[in-house]
Amino acid sequence: MRVALFITCFNDTLFPETGRAVVSLLERLGHQVDFPLGQTCCGQPQFNTGYRPEALPLVRRFAGAFAGYDAVVTPSGSCAGMVRENHPLLAADDPGLRRAVEEVAPKVYELSEFLVDVLGVTDVGAYYPHRVTYHPTCHSLRMLRVGDRPLRLLRAVKGIELVELPGAEECCGFGGTFAVKNPDVSAAMLADKMRQVLDTRAEVLTAGDNSCLMHIGGGLGRLRTGMRTVHLAEILAATEGPASTEGGAR
Amino acid sequence: MSDGLVWLGTPAFPQAARKALTDTQLRRNLRKATGTIRDKRLRVSAELDDWEQLRDSAAALKLRTLRHLDRYLEQLEASVTAAGGTVHWAADAAEANRIVVELVKATGGPDGGTREVVKVKSMATQEIGLNEALAAEGIAAYETDLAELIVQLADDRPSHILVPAIHRNRAEIREIFRTRMADVPAELTDEPRALAEAARLHLREKFLRAKVAISGANFAVAETGTVLVVESEGNGRMCLTLPETLITVMGVEKVVPSFADLEVFLQLLPRSATGERMNPYTSAWTGVHEGDGPSTFHLVLLDNGRTATLADQVGRQALGCIRCSACLNVCPVYERVGGHAYGSVYPGPIGAILTPQLAGVGRGSEDGADSLPFASTLCGACYDACPVKINIPEVLVHLRAKVVDAKRGRTVPTMESLVMRAATQVLAAPGRLSMAQKAGALGGRLVGRGGRIGPLPGPFHAWSDTRDLPVPPAESFRAWWQRTHPEETGR
Repeated sequence: MRVALFITCFNDTLFPETGRAVVSLLERLGHQVDFPLGQTCCGQPQFNTGYRPEALPLVRRFAGAFAGYDAVVTPSGSCAGMVRENHPLLAADDPGLRRAVEEVAPKVYELSEFLVDVLGVTDVGAYYPHRVTYHPTCHSLRMLRVGDRPLRLLRAVKGIELVELPGAEECCGFGGTFAVKNPDVSAAMLADKMRQVLDTRAEVLTAGDNSCLMHIGGGLGRLRTGMRTVHLAEILAATEGPASTEGGAR
Repeated sequence: MSDGLVWLGTPAFPQAARKALTDTQLRRNLRKATGTIRDKRLRVSAELDDWEQLRDSAAALKLRTLRHLDRYLEQLEASVTAAGGTVHWAADAAEANRIVVELVKATGGPDGGTREVVKVKSMATQEIGLNEALAAEGIAAYETDLAELIVQLADDRPSHILVPAIHRNRAEIREIFRTRMADVPAELTDEPRALAEAARLHLREKFLRAKVAISGANFAVAETGTVLVVESEGNGRMCLTLPETLITVMGVEKVVPSFADLEVFLQLLPRSATGERMNPYTSAWTGVHEGDGPSTFHLVLLDNGRTATLADQVGRQALGCIRCSACLNVCPVYERVGGHAYGSVYPGPIGAILTPQLAGVGRGSEDGADSLPFASTLCGACYDACPVKINIPEVLVHLRAKVVDAKRGRTVPTMESLVMRAATQVLAAPGRLSMAQKAGALGGRLVGRGGRIGPLPGPFHAWSDTRDLPVPPAESFRAWWQRTHPEETGR
């Protein structure tokens, strides 16, 4: 199976440790991962803000960069949703591009989908001795319908103390450009989400999307709460013994 | 006060929301009320094992009806006329108001016509600002739904489609009755029973006196000419049966092909709206009958932007709405800002896709209806709750593109469009992305402290007022990959 990593522009630039964790996790499970350097962005910020012509070159670039792989794995529910749901829509008027998108889009998997559905594993051999709560991000939950896959993966982690997040299914208030176009509503939603996250008395908040985590973590950091946000991939990549110097968890 | 589809004087959503968020009483009232209805709805919809099939049926029925709307409307006109009613066609709010005013005036004797009407809660008549149009002609319109009465007495605006006074708690309602209701009982408490009794006594006299009633319609059956109003208090039943003349104003999208189709909608609507298994008062009438109910019936079919909406293949989904408000009750944005911030009779997620379409997308400026499609995080809770499966997030994004496209011709491009174009320039080439990442990492190290970037001035404040930003790492993922996998050329 030829597996490619779609890191996403956001993780590439701000959270490279998440990408390194995906690589180390998949290698530990016996899979070689490619990183096609032609990849950049799925075009979600442009598309969701109403800039469709601006998103189109990025759809074309994505289809080209990932052509020929059996599976494309990404540590982002939101970007996986963008490719699977909206790339076909954007490509509709261009028969050539449409064929390319129809070929690649169904092979794009969010990390927990890839692990559980494609590789058929829930116990990935991780060790993470911390109190953790999980926020199911909206696009993973309601666009991809990942269901309890991330929780099944987390429950199998050795040493973890997993605590339930009250009101987990409610949006954190990020919403991409919503966070800056409607900053006050976004902050009000964030305040309520932070209250529920803090009520769990977890050390670590995890999710399948660093964008939501950057928003919640940015609020938690501003208040000096001491709670950390860690992407699901980094928890699943963590093992007993010293972490590898390059890949793996921080 | 419900002065039409888009309320004049309401600022764009972000500014209106900022103001609403400071009202702590409103936040508490909304959280309690929406939370209660939300839980009830989830409980009763889970009871039906064919709930999802019902939603699919409803979506299919609405889609089919909209596709052949012209045919079903002409069929409805013929059925209503055959049953003794009169059908009027109104292209817009002004025409609908003119028709209703003339009809009310014509009901009076030689002394110059009726001077008052009773009203059943109706979104269509609020959308056209009918009460204000009647008042301008010296005709008083009395709202008879309890919540509408509260809103009318307080000279307020509705903030929810189904529960228009959801922003008020019972202490506030008592105060409104005490100060605004002429025949208020002495020693009124804020017990719900006492408040309801005060409203009953106040309204009873109006029901018995009124010669004309005005209603909306939840459904109208093309095949039979039957019109339906679904309500919970019995005030509708009084209005629909006691006065001599009944005038119903109905959006053209409310037509359903056959009586059997109601089976689907009358299961979905009460469970989605109030979390009830069956609706308390469902009134259905077909034309007029000698000695039974109103002797004159007029049906005003209202377009007011609906056929323009119908022309949009993605946006037309919004016309399937049955006004249950389930999307409002699950929306995290609505729950925090309430209905008034949307500046329209249609608030919440459905309002964010219906109002701009009925008003005409891109016709306004940043202020008002064009800001509404952006008033969502696209979290998708509304789509999951909608009994007719309107894909609200899909329509929101579709309308955002229409708003953006409407601004493209301007000589001075918006700052946002410049940023988006620049982002695509960078992202269209991996080399440019690499350079931008290096520049960002350098800039981040200059302004960051302890791995975090705190409050920033200028255009960054919208993010950084409430949230830290991580300092971009010195090495991006792609830089790390290229350093550690030199043998792989990648693609």
